[in-house]
Amino acid sequence: METRNGDTIPEVTIQPASGWRLIDLRELTRYRELIYFLSWRDLKVRYKQTLLGVAWAVVQPVMTMVVFSIFFGNLASVPSDGIPYPLFSLAGLLPWQLFENAFRSGSKSLVSNRNMVTKIYFPRVVLPVSSVLSSVADFFVAFPILIAMMIYYGYMPNAYALLLPFYLLLTVITAFGVSLWFSALDVLYRDIGYIIPFISQLWMYLTPIAYGSDLIKNPKWRTVYHLNPMVGVVNGFRRALLGTYAEIPWQSLLFSLLISLAILVTGLVYFRRMERNFADVI
Amino acid sequence: MTSRYSVDVNKIGKRYRIGSMPTMYRTFRETISERIKNFGRANAGTAEANTFWALQDISFKVAEGQAVGIIGRNGAGKSTLLKILSRVTDPTVGRAKIYGRVGSLLEVGTGFHPELTGRENIFLNGAILGMKNNEIAAKLDEIIAFSEVERFIDTPVKRYSSGMYLRLAFAVAAHLEPEVLVVDEVLAVGDAEFQRKCLGKMSDVANAGRTVLFVSHNMSAILRLTSETIVLDKGRLAMQAPTAEAVDYYLSHGFSQGGERVWKAGEVPADAAPFKPLALKIINSQGSVADTVRSTDEFSIDFTYRLDDAITGLRVGFYLISTRGEFVFTSFDVDDPEKFEKFSTRSAGVYRSRCVVPANLLNEGRFVVGVNASTFRIKRYFHDEHALTFNVDGTGAPGTQWAEARTGLVRPKLDWEIEVETCRSGINS
Repeated sequence: METRNGDTIPEVTIQPASGWRLIDLRELTRYRELIYFLSWRDLKVRYKQTLLGVAWAVVQPVMTMVVFSIFFGNLASVPSDGIPYPLFSLAGLLPWQLFENAFRSGSKSLVSNRNMVTKIYFPRVVLPVSSVLSSVADFFVAFPILIAMMIYYGYMPNAYALLLPFYLLLTVITAFGVSLWFSALDVLYRDIGYIIPFISQLWMYLTPIAYGSDLIKNPKWRTVYHLNPMVGVVNGFRRALLGTYAEIPWQSLLFSLLISLAILVTGLVYFRRMERNFADVI
Repeated sequence: MTSRYSVDVNKIGKRYRIGSMPTMYRTFRETISERIKNFGRANAGTAEANTFWALQDISFKVAEGQAVGIIGRNGAGKSTLLKILSRVTDPTVGRAKIYGRVGSLLEVGTGFHPELTGRENIFLNGAILGMKNNEIAAKLDEIIAFSEVERFIDTPVKRYSSGMYLRLAFAVAAHLEPEVLVVDEVLAVGDAEFQRKCLGKMSDVANAGRTVLFVSHNMSAILRLTSETIVLDKGRLAMQAPTAEAVDYYLSHGFSQGGERVWKAGEVPADAAPFKPLALKIINSQGSVADTVRSTDEFSIDFTYRLDDAITGLRVGFYLISTRGEFVFTSFDVDDPEKFEKFSTRSAGVYRSRCVVPANLLNEGRFVVGVNASTFRIKRYFHDEHALTFNVDGTGAPGTQWAEARTGLVRPKLDWEIEVETCRSGINS
């Protein structure tokens, strides 16, 4: 191989894509700057020419918390695991909104960047990756509010807080896996784009945010309920942060992890399978 | 080891399913009902009848550092070929090897975001086109200078004029340094001065020893920038030859049918509606359709078309272009203000616009007639820069007593006066 400016000149073979393939991680690392720039663009554009700017990342969960506290906490007196309701709901809303923002923007990332997809070659998975990453930033903007609330209510994090990064990772992995499925389906069927807001709303009700998962008593239904990987994630995040764990629930943790990984791996395979047709049908 | 070829294409073919082509996405319901209907039928999805080959059996090689043109009529498969070579879409069969990074200018400004400033878009667009961050930073000043938008570089590009936007976009793309550059019709836009600048930049790239694949309808650009040219016809490779030969072949065989061009239903793009071209003819001084006219006789260019709906402010006109791509003239049927007044709105119906080209105007050679139907600054309904070609025969034209080719596109009969100011030896002796 020759070199120019120290780079080796790559040799590219173009041929019909063969059946099932996994993501080419080496190629993806070569495109890390593109991932960075696209995430940066998403972030920058999201808050350009807005009155409140980044404050939106705080206003949304806080307003939802206020409404939840009034209706579910005060009026309906929904049990909240013995935690003050506003703190309870906010500690569930933050990981949930991270998930929701990530999978909603990830799912439409291909269709909303169709001019790039039809004009330029790059590993297509770059688009959902950077959309999901740009959503993570919002979480960290809102996180200090949650800390302030904890201080106000006198909750001190304990050693369980070390589990938090794991739960965040699990949230991002799940959101990314779902994005892979939905973004590839959205290219083929625009229905997906229309039903995503609806799906995310339903999904929220199926996740213990406004209520505690103890509300579901029947053990059979509890198992079905836990098929939603976000149940384990939101419960885990809340308990790890507020230190209300009795013990680490290895079983439910592992269950969430397995389901998330299953979504991720099938999503990757499906995405790769459909990828070669993206430019022709998008 | 040095690879002799930059691009080596071997029996590439691309098949599209009709219905999923070009950009028809489907709804879930359609797919489900189709699946149910086709249930039990073997291979229903890939039946030959529902597919067509946009490209078939394409093989060619491009030597390292060579600039190669790709020409062909609309729908001949040029864009599909470029998309395969730039890896936007996969071929259905065949394989191609490319040695080196591929940079594509399939469309400048891809990934530009209106809310970001010019400077931000340079970095973003550079990354999309495959440049490294430090590479962009090193060339930033050069890119900004080339774009001529220094003063507005920190303004969101949504406030740019379309010309500024385009200049900035091209500036980024022009500073890519891939080993293989794929260019598609970037020059079709922008003002004349900017086009000259782009062409200059492209020939710099070609002269710097990089391989360029250049798709264009602009024959003079193809002739100027490329040494070899590929002619595509209905998805097949019709010819690969030195550019002058290929362009001549294309212009004389591609579409000319003995002084007359008739548009069939499928040949007119849908966005031309309600304008529909019917026929274009070259009519000689005897009143018959001819492929060759005499330089010393007048002839007319005759264009019939149908309007399915009324159009206000329509002008229909011709370009006369040399086979080297130089424009000889452009003229519209309502150039005369009185005519424009009279035909300010043309209602639905069939029309004929015809103009007479005077005798003793054109030099001998082959010319191309382009047609244009548009409303000024509003809409270009129909445009075909290579609608028809015809020959001009120079017999009897001024100066033909000397058997030499006259340079120049026109060969007017000018009135010369020769005056004898002083005479010593006697001119008439």
